[in-house]
Amino acid sequence: MAAELHVELVAADRSVWSGEATLVVARTTSGDIGVMPGHQPLLGVLESGPVTIRTSDGGTVVAAVHGGFISFADNKLSLLAEIAELSDEIDVQRAERELERAKAEGDAHAERRADVRLRAVAAR
Amino acid sequence: MGAQLRVYKRRIKSVTATKKITKAMEMIAASRVVKAQRKVAASTPYATELTRAVTAVGTGSNTKHPLTTEAETATRSAVLLLTSDRGLAGAFNSNAIKAAEQLTERLEAEGKEVDTYIVGRRGLAHYNFRERKVAESWSGFTDQPSYADAKKVAVPLIEAIEKATADGGVDELHIVYTEFVSMMTQTAVDSRLLPLSLEEVAEESHAKGEILPLYDFEPSAEDVLDALLPRYVESRIYNALLQSAASKHAATRRAMKSATDNAGDLITTLSRLANAARQAEITQEISEIVGGSAALADATAGSDR
Repeated sequence: MAAELHVELVAADRSVWSGEATLVVARTTSGDIGVMPGHQPLLGVLESGPVTIRTSDGGTVVAAVHGGFISFADNKLSLLAEIAELSDEIDVQRAERELERAKAEGDAHAERRADVRLRAVAAR
Repeated sequence: MGAQLRVYKRRIKSVTATKKITKAMEMIAASRVVKAQRKVAASTPYATELTRAVTAVGTGSNTKHPLTTEAETATRSAVLLLTSDRGLAGAFNSNAIKAAEQLTERLEAEGKEVDTYIVGRRGLAHYNFRERKVAESWSGFTDQPSYADAKKVAVPLIEAIEKATADGGVDELHIVYTEFVSMMTQTAVDSRLLPLSLEEVAEESHAKGEILPLYDFEPSAEDVLDALLPRYVESRIYNALLQSAASKHAATRRAMKSATDNAGDLITTLSRLANAARQAEITQEISEIVGGSAALADATAGSDR
């Protein structure tokens, strides 16, 4: 069996996903980073964007993360985000509507949020 | 029905209505406490992980950051007071306000100027009535605070602490809120959020024996700390808001329970009085009839003669 790492994806008000994984790919402010079991202890600032978790049973979990942190130590990886959603929780139509509305209103914040959601769905 | 009996009956009716209302409020508060407690529990993983990360950066690097270094002579501090929007919660609000006032006094005795920030209409009303200056206030979300609310509260506070003291910024940030210990116990506490004392944080994250690994910081320790500390403050404020909400509901529940109990007692007393009044009325009526018939009998006996 391949080595595993334990992943906790937590948002400010709930725990979004937790389980075993073989690879986690996330985007930090200085670029994409992939974490595999046995990685050196790491603490980084996340960019808004999709996070891909390759679970140990071969599946893939994609989550939209809106800012936050990644920390890895002792084979335990924590993804902390103020807002985090799994891609299958995301309502695509709603996100598209949001994106259009945000573009029309020039709300850069909302636009980015909707964009991140859609990218997470696309990466699924 | 006699006048006195009527008055008792009316009072019993009104107290019964009040009792129904307080009973309903008690049950609503009880269900809200449970909900609020669940929210506190749901926010715990984020808070613990964040605290861990802050401890890791704070101890793992020699970074000097305005949010972690203590000013040699702190001259201005901010106090954030969390109260509720609505009353009917016993001493909940007055306890929190009292704690804030004690803290303010203590800080002023140390020669610091204090800016007060208030959450909740009750606390604001208290300060406005006494014409004390309030730097900023928020209300409308104290029953069910969301993370966005906590962010809203945190923004001006973080701004104030980042600003130079001479330009109206502050050196310290204190928070006064009601800690939810248990269903029966809630205590008003004050704690210093910033500057961060890492020993305290480390103690809280109950990782005392644990040796923290040497982290690789991405992009750098300073940047991580820069991003981390505002989030840490937000999450602490969020947690305090949630605890305060849970405490408020618990206090309401207790206040309403004793109101219901008192109404019950009052109804018993009033029913006894009403019964006594009814008895007295009957007795009086009997004696009136007996007296009347005796007088009548006397009169007829007299006319016979």
